[in-house]
Amino acid sequence: MSVLIWVEHDNASMKDATLAVVTAAAKLGDVHALVAGNGCSAVADQAAKVAGVSKVLLANDAAFANALAENVAPLIAGLMANHDAFLAPATAHGKNIAPRVAASLDVMQISDILSVESADTFTRPIYAGNAIATVQSSDAKKVITVRGTAFVKAEPSGGSASIEAVSGGGDAGLSAFVGAEIAKLERPELTSAKIIVSGGRALKDAATFEEIIFPLADKLGAAVGASRAAVDAGYVPNDYQVGQTGKIVAPEVYVAVGISGAIQHLAGMKDSKTIIAINKDEDAPIFQVADIGLVADLFKAVPELVAKI
Amino acid sequence: MKILVPVKRVIDYNVKPRVKSDGSGVDLANVKMSMNPFDEIAIEEALRLREKGVATEVIAVSVGPEKAQETLRTALAMGADRAILVVAEDVEPLGVAKLLAKIMEEEAPGLVILGKQAIDDDSNQTGQMLAALTGRPQGTFASKVEVSGDSVNVTREVDGGSETVSLKTPAIITTDLRLNEPRYASLPNIMKAKSKPMAMKTPADYGVDVSPRLKTLKVVEPATRSAGIKVADVDALAAKLKEMGVTA
Repeated sequence: MSVLIWVEHDNASMKDATLAVVTAAAKLGDVHALVAGNGCSAVADQAAKVAGVSKVLLANDAAFANALAENVAPLIAGLMANHDAFLAPATAHGKNIAPRVAASLDVMQISDILSVESADTFTRPIYAGNAIATVQSSDAKKVITVRGTAFVKAEPSGGSASIEAVSGGGDAGLSAFVGAEIAKLERPELTSAKIIVSGGRALKDAATFEEIIFPLADKLGAAVGASRAAVDAGYVPNDYQVGQTGKIVAPEVYVAVGISGAIQHLAGMKDSKTIIAINKDEDAPIFQVADIGLVADLFKAVPELVAKI
Repeated sequence: MKILVPVKRVIDYNVKPRVKSDGSGVDLANVKMSMNPFDEIAIEEALRLREKGVATEVIAVSVGPEKAQETLRTALAMGADRAILVVAEDVEPLGVAKLLAKIMEEEAPGLVILGKQAIDDDSNQTGQMLAALTGRPQGTFASKVEVSGDSVNVTREVDGGSETVSLKTPAIITTDLRLNEPRYASLPNIMKAKSKPMAMKTPADYGVDVSPRLKTLKVVEPATRSAGIKVADVDALAAKLKEMGVTA
């Protein structure tokens, strides 16, 4: 079986999300990595070094610079003539592009897989992670998105795949990229961070959130996350949100500060290795999943902790 | 311009789903059902565009069981002008997208606004699939929608921030949480919604085969975590962090 995967990148470097997809794809067959972008040969070189990738397909075209689904989906659909499965990470790009590919191949996509059970059977979360379904696909070709935290990352070095230029797709004339506002991160990125400090609604307002959460995150070298309640209340932007409707994370250590532990938040972080919760309500549901809990007023406890570590 | 808004009847957002003991699925008997929250946002956005004079008519459509009439009545009570129900159970996103493509042919909307995903199957596919089947552009995970002439600018929630794309209409838009805050239906509007038109259809009316491609072999509860320990004070927590190697 030959498997085509979407390499997540920003035209300059490959994103870590790709590595989990390589691991999932390798369970199905021979892994071919598609690097579609503009001026992205450095990304192709990186992809070629990933252990488990046997071939890199490089599609260099100005129309692919921003991964517009209208332009890249026909390229992928064309390449699928010679592949049996297409796997993409369940990132903003992957979730945008994969279903467009699936429908153009008349395939029902399998979203956000957690495991590969066999060539046609996979597990995936439903109902915000409150249930795990095992599904079997009867489609001849498979189109799949992969939950990054569910698979071990492939080694980024050790491979020596060949790089082959491919073409197809191009400007479909339906859409244009206007611009992006990507926050400059001074801290690790949420989905790849080893430690995350998240704040909830109890943080009161944006200034207090910053004053309490940021110093602890910086002391621990952690990424900053938030519950949906904190995002809805405007303390931090939406891309900080951890939960079923936000980002799914599984760091080594997750510190939940002033987060009660709503179902939808737990769905986004319960696969973390160690969960630490600080909350003044000892009955908060977060303590039912926390490995280490501290019942305390966060406004006193967190600054004290920052001073003591 | 018409706007088509597909909506789905799903388990209510506040209900904790229970997995059936025989592993065949999630128990939906006697469970409160509501409109998928992302679809409420889609309806709201369409209504705002009508109120701004951009759209002339908002058509709500659902593919689901007979009871999805209730969901469509909610859409009508919020302010949609009329509704179409395609009666069919457990149709996958690909089948729904095929039905919607046929309805797009008939209704010729300038925009189709959908929720980015349904909170039951969490597929996040229907909008993108509809865009593929109709050969139209897609603005997924929208946090802002601005129509001007025959194009629409959609600001999208992406990893690490947002990006804006310009799409030619007709276009397909899927909603993210921050796009708007949906209105509640007022009592007079709920009464008025009862007399708004609702067309009843079947997949056969559109000549669409909706037989499933995926077979659910089993559904289980996720692995649970058990509660750990509680520490007495900040000193004890700091000591734990040191023990774990998180701090020096």
